[in-house]
Amino acid sequence: MANLDQITESLLTQIDSEGFKQEGAYNLRYNGYSLCHGNTEHITIRRKEDKQGIDVYISGETKGEQVHIPVVVATSGMVDVVYNDFYIGEGAEVTIVAGCGIHNSGCNDSRHDGIHSFHVGKNANVRYEEKHYGEGTGTGARILNPVTKIFMEENSVFTLDTAQIKGVDSTKRETEVVMGNDAKLFVIEKLMTHDDQNAISDMDIYLNGTGSSAQITSRSVARGKSRQVFHPKAIGNALCHAHIQCDSIIMDQAEVCSIPEIDAKHVDAAIIHEAAIGRINSEQLIKLNTFGLDDEAAEAIIIENFLN
Amino acid sequence: MLEVKNLVFHPLENGLEISIIENVSFTVEPGEMLVITGPNGGGKSTVARLLMGIEKPDSGSICLDGTDITDWSIAQRANAGIGFAFQQPPRFKGMTVKRLLSISAGNELPENKCCDLLSGVGLCAREYLNREVDNTLSGGEMKRIEIATVLAKPHKLCVFDEPEAGIDLWSFSMLVDQFEKLHEEKKESLILISHQEKIIQMADRIMVIRDGRVDALGPKEQILPMLLHGEKDCTCMNSPCRA
Repeated sequence: MANLDQITESLLTQIDSEGFKQEGAYNLRYNGYSLCHGNTEHITIRRKEDKQGIDVYISGETKGEQVHIPVVVATSGMVDVVYNDFYIGEGAEVTIVAGCGIHNSGCNDSRHDGIHSFHVGKNANVRYEEKHYGEGTGTGARILNPVTKIFMEENSVFTLDTAQIKGVDSTKRETEVVMGNDAKLFVIEKLMTHDDQNAISDMDIYLNGTGSSAQITSRSVARGKSRQVFHPKAIGNALCHAHIQCDSIIMDQAEVCSIPEIDAKHVDAAIIHEAAIGRINSEQLIKLNTFGLDDEAAEAIIIENFLN
Repeated sequence: MLEVKNLVFHPLENGLEISIIENVSFTVEPGEMLVITGPNGGGKSTVARLLMGIEKPDSGSICLDGTDITDWSIAQRANAGIGFAFQQPPRFKGMTVKRLLSISAGNELPENKCCDLLSGVGLCAREYLNREVDNTLSGGEMKRIEIATVLAKPHKLCVFDEPEAGIDLWSFSMLVDQFEKLHEEKKESLILISHQEKIIQMADRIMVIRDGRVDALGPKEQILPMLLHGEKDCTCMNSPCRA
């Protein structure tokens, strides 16, 4: 079992809500290399030989198991690009807990680009959680640029739950999903930016299969002078249903740009989008004031629950 | 005891001062139920908002148990024991009903306590605990949850602004039972703003507000006949005019 320092332990607590343990199927990537990893009867993790990253094989017999693959970058100035590919067998039921924590106390930028692809077999059910977090007192930026590609076979279910709560100076997220017949996609994206942070999220969902459906929910809070841009796009190429909902709370001198796009290329494609940006409702603050909370506490509760 | 003296509220509208509340004075004794009624637009809800500190009076005073709270913030008043149920409660995206009730109570409430509160206002409790307090709830459901948040902890004084609005008859009957129970316990003073005869009937005293002024104030036995028999404008009540 690898010994983890205090910074790593602390970052893991922030990015792995299920609790990271060196048991079961796991791979901890630390400062650009695989520090420790484990397999189970149904889940095998193999290091790539041609480039940085891992291949994760999840057999169809997997029922209710978890895979933990956190990334920690604790060296200022590091650029870590990693390619992780997941092969999920027919009928598997699995939760994959990823995420990246950057601790940067230096003056150089630290960056992690996690490029993930998921090949989801028929009838499989996958929950993928990814949390991003940054900390450290240095002037160097903490940068995360995740790329996620998901290929869903017939009747598979994929839940993509991403959260970036604090400390990431710049992020550009790219997500692409290709859906087969009766595949179901749920996307929950939570984002909070502050100070001068910048966040961009581009998402393309191709509903190619008959009966496929997608529910995309994005909630964000922009504070300080931060800037957020959302561009979720649903392309209906068959009889399908999709619903995109983007809600943002804007505060201070922040900027939020939300551009949901729906593109129907089939007469039976039913696609809806909703987008709303606004400040914290004063009636909400007053209501929480009537419970005895001052404005600061009320604001914190509103944001916490909004991003819940 | 609540003591309100000579409240005046003249906000600016398009740069012009308008008279909303003029010299309103009244008291509410410990354990007493005061029902405020009167025509729409007369200033009833404004009086309630002035009591809670949501609006600030231009002059006059509000004292709670001998302490002048006129300049206190909403939160200070809440912490001093005043509860308030809005006529149109706000919605909270992402917040569950259970969480809202816990925040209102000031501590994490167990499920069974939340269920008791929700059942008390006519909601099938377990179905609602994990529902979000957002647009998926109807106006009537929101209203009942709003009342449950006020009932979630004890107060010295509770103010309910038209608790009956938007609530179906069956739930309204349950609410009336809740108010009667609270009133019988005599632990909390109650101010209910209402047009409903059934609620007005529960009052110890009734205050009629019209055009921002106290038009009538007295024991139920004195004021109610005036309302029911047309000695005052019966439009302030939601029952058929019996004049």
